[in-house]
Amino acid sequence: MATAKMAEAANGIGRIAAAFDAARDEGRAALMPYMMGGFPDLETSAALIDAYADTGADLIELGVPYSDPLADGPVIHAAATEALAAGTRFGDVMTLCERVSARVPVLPMVYVNVVLTLGPDRFAATLERAGAAGAIIPDLPPGEDDSIAEALIERGLAPIGFVAPTTAPERLRAIAAAATGFTYVVSLTGVTGERAEVPPELAALVGAVRESSPAPAAVGFGIGTPEHAATVGEMADGVIIGTRLVRAVADAGGREEAVDAVRSFLADTRVALAAGVSAPER
Amino acid sequence: MSTVESRFGPYGGRYVPEVLIAALDELTAAWEEARTDPVYREELGALLRDFVGRPTPLYEAKRLSERTGRRVFLKREDLTHTGAHKINNAVGQALLARRMGKTRIIAETGAGQHGVATATACALFGLECIVYMGTEDMRRQKPNVERMELMGARVEPVEAGARTLKEAVSAAIRDWVTNVGDTHYIIGSAVGPAPYPALVRDLQRVIGEEAREQILAAAGRLPDRVIACVGGGSNAIGTFAPFVDDGGVELIGVEAAGEGLDGRHGAPLSAGRTGVLHGSLSAVIADEEGQILEAHSISAGLDYPGVGPEHTMLRDSGRARYVAITDEEALRALRVLARLEGIVPALESSHAIAWVLSESAGEGIDLITLSGRGDKDLAEALAGLKRLDDGDGDGEDG
Ligand SMILES: Cc1ncc(COP(=O)(O)O)c(C=O)c1O
Repeated sequence: MATAKMAEAANGIGRIAAAFDAARDEGRAALMPYMMGGFPDLETSAALIDAYADTGADLIELGVPYSDPLADGPVIHAAATEALAAGTRFGDVMTLCERVSARVPVLPMVYVNVVLTLGPDRFAATLERAGAAGAIIPDLPPGEDDSIAEALIERGLAPIGFVAPTTAPERLRAIAAAATGFTYVVSLTGVTGERAEVPPELAALVGAVRESSPAPAAVGFGIGTPEHAATVGEMADGVIIGTRLVRAVADAGGREEAVDAVRSFLADTRVALAAGVSAPER
Repeated sequence: MSTVESRFGPYGGRYVPEVLIAALDELTAAWEEARTDPVYREELGALLRDFVGRPTPLYEAKRLSERTGRRVFLKREDLTHTGAHKINNAVGQALLARRMGKTRIIAETGAGQHGVATATACALFGLECIVYMGTEDMRRQKPNVERMELMGARVEPVEAGARTLKEAVSAAIRDWVTNVGDTHYIIGSAVGPAPYPALVRDLQRVIGEEAREQILAAAGRLPDRVIACVGGGSNAIGTFAPFVDDGGVELIGVEAAGEGLDGRHGAPLSAGRTGVLHGSLSAVIADEEGQILEAHSISAGLDYPGVGPEHTMLRDSGRARYVAITDEEALRALRVLARLEGIVPALESSHAIAWVLSESAGEGIDLITLSGRGDKDLAEALAGLKRLDDGDGDGEDG
């Protein structure tokens, strides 16, 4: 962690790079847990995001609840519905972001209609004010509306591009080559939700992305256990865990139980990642 | 660049998870090829003629004309096989899916007409068929659920949200995201990510093409006004498309005002904002933070908070005008048409009839697309009319 990296760390894109580098220096993949902002309520999610930052999250993916989350399975969809019913607004989620953004790079995960309703510029400015490092927009495939990516980059924030198992090879190379922050590799053809195993084709997909990209590749969708995380951590630069953690919160009896559940899962996952082998140097 | 449009002015596009991009590219290429391929066109033309029952008649509704003081012609999509225009699109897309080698078909349905049409086309081609339907709509449109099942389709109940069309579309898209390899999604209206709005319009264009020829033959000239109801906008865009270049023809789309435009409604063009729903940028009903709101209409087919992107462009350019009719007006119009012409229209189509009944000053020729028949709506319509009559203290409609 040289001083050059500290200087870079001034903007969101630089802080994302530094977080991946720090994990890599420890010989493991970066851990990026997801949470649904405002689920089950704002106070609990404030306690949860603190716990994420305390328990070794290298980056945090912070979900903005949305009425029609097309990329999400039933668990996250239900959490979004509940967060909205509890009155969560975009500004509330930005307040959550602000709580920990000085300690950990935070990437709001937000559906495109929320972005377009604010307008790309105001959206990017709001994220910057909350200290966010970038934005993950699951229904904005690369190339669909460049004005959003441009507004983010102008403020040093990373628009995160997705690659899926169905992405054509030429398109995959272009997306990976243009990546800022990291490339979000969707591990499977489907929506978010835990799966019984890591898809066998994943290694080749991640390999293809890493080969074409200057930026790290992080894998999400379907990862449900510390062991899965460790397996994925052997191929990728980062591991994103969503549904498993949201379910832990949904199943918990109360705030303390929810915090304990995510803490223990994250601690186990950190141990599993550290014990595994890290992805090969490129 | 494909000749199949992906944007209509600023509207349209493909705001979907990356997983679907390859399938949308594949579908765009397949449609580009099929729509000019004489083999596909001939096969579709024969099916539309012999199976669907096209051309549908253009009927001069004399007693309705007397009532309004204008010459009113009805384009009788209610007389197609399965009783609504939805079959034009379902047969065309099923034929396309077979050509693409897809073996599994999914669809969403609100009123059940698109579900029935898709189940019908799948039975015809021996394709597996799964139809997503909100449980509230399953209740409102029970006979259509039974028809789908009779034809071998599986109806998947959707419990999310208000349990209506919006959630059914979302459930279908999630299925497609997961099974995109062997599955084709037959979307039921001119909505969704590109190429769907263009694909569905191309397949529904037959309504307007026939109607234009028929009115020239029957009246010796083009109509002054062309009117169609707008849910997602497929019967309307199919009707309008061949008239867009006829400058003297006014195009009027009738949305659902539901309980009124200041209350719950289904009228994004009249009272919505710009936003993304189900993969395209268009007019939507949403709050100031971009959360999509529940729509409301007594007609399940218009009970949707979005609309096809081409309509939003036509609204902005002023080429088409969009108006809205309440639940109550639509119910009364249904009974008026039944009593004046012996035709029970679908509650969706009743919105178009109601607008003509309320805006009939001056002379001229009106062409209304009667998008479907009302059998599916009988229980809902009779109950609604009874409520109105009990409130009015009489059973007559002006
Ligand atoms: C008879 C009928 N008309 C109209 C509609 C509305 O759809 P669209 O606006 O796509 O024509 C429906 C939809 O279910 C319908 O069944």
